[in-house]
Amino acid sequence: MLDDTDRRILRHMMAEPEMAGGALADRAGVTASTLARRLERLRTRGVLHGLRGVIDWRALGYEVEVSLRVTLDKTQPRAFDEFIAAAREVPEVLEIQTFLGQVDVRLSVIARDMAHYQQLYRDRLLTLPHIADIEALMHVARVKDREALPL
Amino acid sequence: MIALDDTDRALIRALAQDATASAGALGRDLGLSQPACWRRIKRLREAGVFRATRLDVDTAALGFGVTVFLGVKLATKGRVSLEDFERAVSAIPEVQTVEHVLGAYDYRLRVVARDLPDFERVLRRRIMTLPGVGNLDANVLLSEERRPGPLG
Repeated sequence: MLDDTDRRILRHMMAEPEMAGGALADRAGVTASTLARRLERLRTRGVLHGLRGVIDWRALGYEVEVSLRVTLDKTQPRAFDEFIAAAREVPEVLEIQTFLGQVDVRLSVIARDMAHYQQLYRDRLLTLPHIADIEALMHVARVKDREALPL
Repeated sequence: MIALDDTDRALIRALAQDATASAGALGRDLGLSQPACWRRIKRLREAGVFRATRLDVDTAALGFGVTVFLGVKLATKGRVSLEDFERAVSAIPEVQTVEHVLGAYDYRLRVVARDLPDFERVLRRRIMTLPGVGNLDANVLLSEERRPGPLG
């Protein structure tokens, strides 16, 4: 299990993921070698997967971001598997999430502009298998974006 | 908008996987010298290609077994200030992301909790008491997959 030192290290890393090793050790109140050992242990236990760069798709010319909430036709036993496999083939799909609730699957989709989105929606998304209902939320702004945990 | 060639796209893909990868190691994989690779990475970072670095952890192993996406509809628009709502909702530690959206809901929240009773506590004490909250729609996350996106 995690102890307080692990939690403190992770809390500081989540708050400032770019912080370099030395500064992080100071902040968490441990020596550099303790930090290295702890991080290695968290990695081998599968708690810590790594540091990911989060791409700003707007900077790459993708101005439109849409959250598509999909209800599947559950009378088809393979609806989930086939829908998800087909959604993976669409490069503009950034996230695929499955849910327990009103919504079965949610896709996060980006497009260069509304014309591109319309084309994607008609040609690649509405044609995905086993859709019973689909609802779009258009992304306006990111108000908070810190996937930190309240450790 | 920044112009990209295939090498830039490969670099973006690699840094999205591991933001700590060194210019030397990436250069070796892509057949670039360390300085040439470093210059490319610098150019990409300066163009704002990465908006953040995210620590990827196993949330369940850290004791947060439940992630819920909440659609929030504000009750009486015009009477409640969006700024007040946004400030209050952003201050809740269990709320990881807040997106302003257009459609059936006004906001989309990603909420983490230790388990369902813990989620109920957050929902009742923190979220339902926010200024201006109307309809809520909760969906419990079962699985999540992040895709590389359209990078050639």
